[in-house]
Amino acid sequence: MSEQRPTWCPGCGDFAILAALREALVQEGLAPHQVAVVSGIGCGSKLPDYMRVLGFMTLHGRPLPVATGLRLARPDLRVVVVDGDGDAYGIGGNHWLHTCRRNPGLVHLVENNQIYALTKGQYSPTTDQGTRTTTSPEGAPERPVNPIRTALAAGATFVARGFAGEPKELARLIRAALRHRGYALVDILQPCVTFNKINTYDWYAERIVRLEEAGHDPSDFDAAWARSGEFGERIPVGVFYRSEEVPAYEERVPGLKRGPLVERPLDELDEATWEALKRELI
Amino acid sequence: MGEGWATLSAGDGKPGRKAEEQDVSLVIGGDAGQGVESSGAGFSTALARAGYHVFSIADYRSRIRGGHNFYQIRAATRPVASHLDPPALLLALTAESVELHLENLADGAAVVYDRSFRLDAAAVERAGRLPVPVPMNEIALRHGSKVMMNTAALAAAAGLLRFPLERMEEVVRQNFARKGERVVEANLAVAREAYAEMLRHPAAERFRYRLPGREGQPERMLLHGNHALCLGALAAGCRFVAAYPMTPATTILEWMTAHAEPLGIVTKHAEDELAAVCMAIGAGFGGARAMCSTSGGGFSLMTEALGLAGMTETPVVVVDVQRGGPSTGLPTRTEQGDLLFVLHASQGEFPRFVLAPGDHVEAFEAAMRAFNLAEKYQVPVILLSDQFLASSLRTLEPERLRRDAVPPERGKTRRPGEPPLPEERRDGDYLRFAFTADGISPRVLPGDPDAVYGVPSDEHDEAGHITEEIANRRRMMEKRMRKLETALAAGEMRGPRRLGPEEAEVTLLAWGSTLGPAAEALELLARAGVRANLLHWCDLWPFAGEAAERELRRVRRGVVVEQNYTGQFRRFLRMMTGYEAEGLVRRYDGRPLEPGEIARGVLREVGAGVR
Ligand SMILES: Cc1ncc(C[n+]2csc(CCOP(=O)(O)OP(=O)(O)O)c2C)c(N)n1
Ligand code: SF4
Repeated sequence: MSEQRPTWCPGCGDFAILAALREALVQEGLAPHQVAVVSGIGCGSKLPDYMRVLGFMTLHGRPLPVATGLRLARPDLRVVVVDGDGDAYGIGGNHWLHTCRRNPGLVHLVENNQIYALTKGQYSPTTDQGTRTTTSPEGAPERPVNPIRTALAAGATFVARGFAGEPKELARLIRAALRHRGYALVDILQPCVTFNKINTYDWYAERIVRLEEAGHDPSDFDAAWARSGEFGERIPVGVFYRSEEVPAYEERVPGLKRGPLVERPLDELDEATWEALKRELI
Repeated sequence: MGEGWATLSAGDGKPGRKAEEQDVSLVIGGDAGQGVESSGAGFSTALARAGYHVFSIADYRSRIRGGHNFYQIRAATRPVASHLDPPALLLALTAESVELHLENLADGAAVVYDRSFRLDAAAVERAGRLPVPVPMNEIALRHGSKVMMNTAALAAAAGLLRFPLERMEEVVRQNFARKGERVVEANLAVAREAYAEMLRHPAAERFRYRLPGREGQPERMLLHGNHALCLGALAAGCRFVAAYPMTPATTILEWMTAHAEPLGIVTKHAEDELAAVCMAIGAGFGGARAMCSTSGGGFSLMTEALGLAGMTETPVVVVDVQRGGPSTGLPTRTEQGDLLFVLHASQGEFPRFVLAPGDHVEAFEAAMRAFNLAEKYQVPVILLSDQFLASSLRTLEPERLRRDAVPPERGKTRRPGEPPLPEERRDGDYLRFAFTADGISPRVLPGDPDAVYGVPSDEHDEAGHITEEIANRRRMMEKRMRKLETALAAGEMRGPRRLGPEEAEVTLLAWGSTLGPAAEALELLARAGVRANLLHWCDLWPFAGEAAERELRRVRRGVVVEQNYTGQFRRFLRMMTGYEAEGLVRRYDGRPLEPGEIARGVLREVGAGVR
């Protein structure tokens, strides 16, 4: 798909995510036809329309199962999911939990602006408790989802946090995710300059600490768990946890032993197999 | 309408019209957990192998233990496509099942039960039935354990019917093989003793029904509707199945999964139905022939994604095996209550196809056709089945399932590396949603370096970019919807199938799984002196209106037969053709319509005027 001009607000964090993803794909040497970007619905989910890759914009909350189906049918394609925090952690929360424990080879980039942006500023699952929005004039009533901790608890094998204010760093994280075997979550702090006046670039910049620089060992689950509790005065970014030992879901699917489904002819059943199938019922 | 109509039924108590003709129904009744279903399936298999045409249904409640279940088996010397009421033999595994079924048995029917049941044999006699107490429990205990009572019961019934013991033994061997040789031998001993007991039984002489072995019959498969559908899907090249278990669709996912490894099928038990359909759509986008299967409740969840397939023009096959609704409804029972729902499910307007096969062979073919239609027209296709079709077991000659009946066709779809399609490129660019005269845009599967594209769920232009521009929206809507006209013009959609005489006093109008019972009702009507025929629809959307109107013009008195409360098909016919059927025979208690009941209903609706 040839590129369209993004319709995001000037200064939106989604620009940096787009740039970082492009850069990561180029650096990984992936051609446009080898990559499918599957998105949900929301501001950030328009991203595939602004790239030259295979794109599939799905429904609000549903990109993970669509991407899983695509990946299971086509393990030859690199599948990247891009969606918002509302999409991933709210309406698609069930799919997210199960994707974490299923571990398909997907890179999942969540544009976490802690707000519902496309519908103009309602509170999202990651909005801080007490935040006033159009649907929470008295302050958001629930405690926010902690995506890092939830993904760890659900069994995700690659859990990272990035920041849209630092596209170079973000591209590095995405590259690491692309090289991961199974499901790789990159929760991305994405300032929404229009509807979120709290979690701004400056607000984040003051708080960010780098896990790498702090000597964090991503193979240490307990350390990752401990650091996942930090979000406030200090917000760690980088790879919290990575386990390379766990095979991706599609590596364990018996039906794929003969390769990607698309490479097999529709009429491949031979006469003997067909007769045997019918004999089972005699 | 005459008095005689009221008692009109298929099982009129005659053990076959000609001496060599047999058409006998039997019923096995007992508590859930007693093995009623496995006994019924075992007996059905034995009958099929002995050369009979078989049609069986299970009637069970939505629970694992407790509550009365029964299994009804019909064995005949001619092909049968429906269950037959009333049965000539009741095999009672509990005293309660005698109470429940006694009234509904044929005249002279036998009631085989355990001698220890506290049961008033005289009352059974008075009801015109033959009480046949057998020491089933004792025999079972003598050889080890009372769990073998089922074996004793089956063998006793076989003895009474003079059904060959060896056929029963074969099935016993097969069923218990997993449990080891000792269990097999013990069960065989039980079977032989119970069978011998029955040959000596004083009541046996008075029983008129016989099912002797039939030599020289061709081998037949015994399969349920979901099996047939799976075989059709496989033959069509379906290689991806995602579902979330829901009765009565579950056996589709189970059967496909059981064959996944050797046949290279990817199956996925998803976290919910919405995930299942989304996974199928993702796989369909990737170029795999993909399917998801569910029942009405799951279909309700899937509706969101049905529109996604419509908007992104992604081929996918969605199976709705209907059960009684609304809500969780009657989980183990049958209904045709989703017709108007699936025709309209999901917001907005987009092309879809709906096929509602009438029997096992049609289910097989409809599955094959569904995958072709989905790919040729790049749309979602809904296969509308129901519990009755999905779960009824019937015999079929293996050659009736001809996989070359519908060769796979992908239409304007090409895989990476294959030569470009004629309309594929405009000014060197590949346009995934190109405007074409037939509404179908050439589709290049993902992976081609020259065809990189996006498919948005928002409205988009020919290249797949989001736009709300007016002229584009109009053309894009028209392009998508044009596929329906293209399909109709190409003769993809069939009009009604006519069964029975060309000219008739009364015409039954039916769709989906009522085909078998309605066809049999024609015979009953003919026996009662009424010339009736049947128009049956499998293809519901897009509706082949001209063919329907041609047939409907010849209908003198039409009676719609369907399995729902509001007469959805009657309304649908009116909506599509203006035709108003005179009568409606319906059933909405979750039990399948029976031939006799249909015939009686038809006469009730139009009785006064016929003949
Ligand atoms: C089923 C459904 N419900 C609601 C909507 C409306 N909707 C569109 S985007 C959105 C929220 C998006 O929030 P988020 O996922 O955080 O993305 P953002 O816009 O912030 O990037 C909602 C509720 C929809 N499109 N579909
Ligand atoms: S509303 Fe917020 S998230 Fe959406 S484009 Fe504007 S800045 Fe970005």
